[in-house]
Amino acid sequence: MRANTPTGAVALPQLPKSPTGIDGLDEITEGGLPLGRPTLVCGSAGCGKTLMGIEFLVRGIENYGEPGVLMAFEETAEELTANVASLGFDLGALQAAKLLRVDHVHVDRTEMEENGEYDLEGLFIRLGYAIDSIGAKRVVLDTIETLFAGFTNEGVLRSEIRRLFRWLKDKGVTTVITAERGDGTLTRQGLEEYVSDCVILLDNRVIDQITTRRLRVVKYRGSTHGTNEYPYLITEDGISVLPVTSLKLEHKVSNDIVSSGVAGIDAMFERGGWYRGSSTLLTGTAGTAKTTLAASFVAAACQRGERCLYFAFEESPAQLVRNMQSVGVDLAPYLAQDLLRIDASRPTLNGLERHLVTLHRLVTEFQPHTVVIDPISNLISVGSISEVRSMLTRLIDYLKVHGITALFTALISGRDGRHEMAEEGVSSLVDTWLSVRDLEGIGERNRGLSILKARGLAHSNQVREFVVTTRGVELLDVVVGPLGIITGAGRLAQRAQALAAVAAEQQALDRSDRELERKRRVLEATIGNLRTEFESVEEALRRARAAQEGGPADGDAATRNEEGLGPQRSA
Amino acid sequence: MEPTAAPPAEYAFELYVTGATPNSTRAVRNIKEICEQHLPGRYALRIVDLYQEPQLAQEQQIVAAPTLVRVRPLPQRRLIGDLSDRAAVLAALGLTPAPPAA
Repeated sequence: MRANTPTGAVALPQLPKSPTGIDGLDEITEGGLPLGRPTLVCGSAGCGKTLMGIEFLVRGIENYGEPGVLMAFEETAEELTANVASLGFDLGALQAAKLLRVDHVHVDRTEMEENGEYDLEGLFIRLGYAIDSIGAKRVVLDTIETLFAGFTNEGVLRSEIRRLFRWLKDKGVTTVITAERGDGTLTRQGLEEYVSDCVILLDNRVIDQITTRRLRVVKYRGSTHGTNEYPYLITEDGISVLPVTSLKLEHKVSNDIVSSGVAGIDAMFERGGWYRGSSTLLTGTAGTAKTTLAASFVAAACQRGERCLYFAFEESPAQLVRNMQSVGVDLAPYLAQDLLRIDASRPTLNGLERHLVTLHRLVTEFQPHTVVIDPISNLISVGSISEVRSMLTRLIDYLKVHGITALFTALISGRDGRHEMAEEGVSSLVDTWLSVRDLEGIGERNRGLSILKARGLAHSNQVREFVVTTRGVELLDVVVGPLGIITGAGRLAQRAQALAAVAAEQQALDRSDRELERKRRVLEATIGNLRTEFESVEEALRRARAAQEGGPADGDAATRNEEGLGPQRSA
Repeated sequence: MEPTAAPPAEYAFELYVTGATPNSTRAVRNIKEICEQHLPGRYALRIVDLYQEPQLAQEQQIVAAPTLVRVRPLPQRRLIGDLSDRAAVLAALGLTPAPPAA
């Protein structure tokens, strides 16, 4: 006390708590049940009250080294042992190791008669002996209300039960008391009046033929706690309260970029992909290659040497691998290297919560870098939209907190499919939203891909046509026609037209070249003619001048010849 | 431990009490009186203090105290309480009062 005074703002001591070791429950109760005090666990038949009690004891022994006593009013030790054996709880061995004592209290009104005053001191002695003999720290009373069927004197019973709880508190053992839920009250006999420290309500609801178990901390004196109803499951490993949606958004973020597995899509993002640890939604109508895109993404991740977990709700692993091979995405080697695991199940196989738990379990086991769920829309068949939404919220949160990159595909129907998804509200949960759809034209369908949103990433706004080839998904270049972007046959026509135009232009060019050449040749021929003409004129002129001026010379010679000839002739 | 005949007595009772609480002492007094009155020499009565032998509480399925168990003759019968309703005790133990007016 004195040490506290100087600083003033010291943390007040927290209510000491006893961790249950039950998956998720300690998070909701922020540490466990109140240490050394009784906790009431109530619920209707088949909720798993007894199981919760037993798990509390077994986990206490196994994880926290706290021996426990189970006082069973309904089932015998043998029955209980057999019931929980399937969950891997070996009550027999724990009893042999003196870590657990199971005491079956058998009370049957037909076998005994009341005569005069009595109290339940026998029960106290029994319990006290059991606790002391193994140094128990935890006690479970399952279900103490059975006593009300065994004894007629309710007044004595109530005061004795009140005394029992007080006594357990004084003993400092953390107690779980189970009780059947009553009509309009938490318990049939109003035990909640006596246990005022912590009350946990279990509920088993069937909505649309699907059972969901839910847990709620009704009250927790002296401590804050999660107040919602939390779904829980009874799994192969005991009770699993679904890991709560993280209340705060404060997970770490990565600045790394991962490839989408398709070069063309990467190119649509300024940074060449989306952030590691982000969640991406891929929506599209039937047959728009969602699975192929998802598989490409997985293949790219595996190629980087990262572990991937693929939840397939539509295809078996073998079928998926075969189908993806046909488009050049070979997943088989990654499966062989255990880089990829495919978990395929029908969504209707389990309730939503069980799917979520399976997912959590596999993620915890496998520690993947990437998780793909294909498709999430199928889950709607097992739950209402609001349930699916809350499940997905938890799922996305969970993956984000663990820095796992996630890709979800979703099937949307019809032309106004986008509204459907908006209702589901998943879009606001994801960071990146890609939409693939049919671009239906005259007599054909083409596939178009666009980025609807990408948080924190500059991205293209164009609808890109893509084709699925034997080498995977390929995005085609954007062709802008007179009326916007052109796809499919229109694209081909456009290209043919363009080619024709080019050819025509080339031909025209060639033609004019030839024309020019011809003209040049004509010109040159004309020039040649003219030159020849000129030369002959020039020749003629020279000749004429020579005849005029140089005539004597020529004439002399002629005359000389004539003269010469004469003498020769005369001689 | 109270007087026990060498051969197994016709009637055998076990009374589980919790120390010297009023209920317990009353029960002890009552059963002793009943036995002496109705079954003189034909009974064996064992009084067990659960505080001394707590393990017996589980073994014998004792919840309430005091508890009287009629071990013989079979079938076993159990009575809880301080046994102050004499007639009911006799009826329950199958000791129809031979002389109706006790």
